[in-house]
Amino acid sequence: MQQGKQSWTYKNNPVIQSTGVVGGPFEGKGMLSRDFDHLFSDIWMSESSFENAQTRLMEEASTIALSKINKKAEDIQFVFAGDLINQITATSLACRTLGIPYIGLFGACSTSMEGLALGGLVIDNNGADYILTGSASHNAAVEKQFRYPTEYGAQKPPTSQWTVTAAGVAVVGKDGEGPVLTAATIGKVIDRGLTDPFNMGGAMAPAAADTVEAHFTDLDRDPSYYDFIVTGDLGKVGLPLMKELLRERGIMVTDEQCIDCGMLIYKENQKVQSGASGSGCSAAVVYGHMLNRMKKNQMKKILVVATGALLSPLTYQQKESIPCIAHAVAIEQKGVEQS
Amino acid sequence: MSSNNQDTLNQTYQAMAAKDEPKRPVLKNCVKAFFIGGFICFIGQALKSFFLHTFNFNEVTSGDPTLAVLILIAVLLTGFGVYDKIAQFSGAGTAVPITGFANAMASAAIEYRTEGKVLGIGGNMFKIAGPVIVFGTVAAFIVAIIKTLWLQWTGG
Repeated sequence: MQQGKQSWTYKNNPVIQSTGVVGGPFEGKGMLSRDFDHLFSDIWMSESSFENAQTRLMEEASTIALSKINKKAEDIQFVFAGDLINQITATSLACRTLGIPYIGLFGACSTSMEGLALGGLVIDNNGADYILTGSASHNAAVEKQFRYPTEYGAQKPPTSQWTVTAAGVAVVGKDGEGPVLTAATIGKVIDRGLTDPFNMGGAMAPAAADTVEAHFTDLDRDPSYYDFIVTGDLGKVGLPLMKELLRERGIMVTDEQCIDCGMLIYKENQKVQSGASGSGCSAAVVYGHMLNRMKKNQMKKILVVATGALLSPLTYQQKESIPCIAHAVAIEQKGVEQS
Repeated sequence: MSSNNQDTLNQTYQAMAAKDEPKRPVLKNCVKAFFIGGFICFIGQALKSFFLHTFNFNEVTSGDPTLAVLILIAVLLTGFGVYDKIAQFSGAGTAVPITGFANAMASAAIEYRTEGKVLGIGGNMFKIAGPVIVFGTVAAFIVAIIKTLWLQWTGG
């Protein structure tokens, strides 16, 4: 139900019953390699194009998520998913394979939480028994879409981010085992006039701060309610800016509390400048690493804030500044509230 | 919110973001570009001398096989996925010599080959290199006009 201006609380606590997380070879060399269900050894993934490889990532992650709870595609009522490729074709093609009724979303890198928030709402209001949500990104396919050819020798500035090759998918149901969704906050499009597409973290930080602030206002919560505020993906440049913006507005988040998916996935020696990005990044890190840590009781309540830069190569060339958005979903361990 | 208020908000944030933004290490990049670029020119000079002394080329024509070899090396390095990594280190050092131009062509050709030979490779090969040719030609045209007029006026 609606709470405050732009938030929902889920009174029936939809459950993340299962997840599927896959990645590419570069991610396999990273910090979180053990949190992936499957790692491809080649970026082509036996497909004929990188776009098809991204479709494959989405299909594979979905298949794994379903198989973990012995479900078939027919058992799922709706898919809420999207990606960064032109007209979200990679996700649409994956859904052609899955054959599940499909609501395509575009929220750039915020798609993961956009899908989870909407899917949670549908489950919470008896709109479905099971929904599947998630997102994928493929480094070569997405960079081709937004930047230079992958093999082109352009020197990237220290503010730039690396698009991950990964997919994260979650199956959400009404009950059962797993972490639950308790609330979500839908963000507004925020644009502070930044124009550098090689500094997405800086552009997206105000959107993240705006959504986090709205979340705490709407739900009348304090930052101390959450063990972690997980952003995806502000990187080394954006995360400090978000913290600074929040503190300016009197929301005293701690340094230990704020972590960023884009800063977790790779090792220091992987040279990804400011960190990782891509719609598959927050999906894979949250549905893999974060939920694994929740299972191990290392965290009980997290607020995941997925941030998206809603630009296109066209708007950039037409000198439009970068419109950004952030959606937040609160994921908690069941029974924590009562104990 | 009024647009004035919005502008102030934007300016305040832009200043805040600019303050902590890690800057491109310009001086370091320049030094690296100077030495790597210089090293590529050194290889070029060595090749030129080789063609000049070993084969039947003269001072002018020995430039052609030299460029061909440099282009071949750059294209091979692009194909093997190494060129972009060297370029991240050396910046303008690998972009300015002819190797940078070869890399721009080859990387676009590789990138778009999944869209077919004609519309993919043919249509996109000049995506990055095209503007260089267009504005190179325009610049050359303007410089040539200035030179011609100058010589006319000064009677030189």
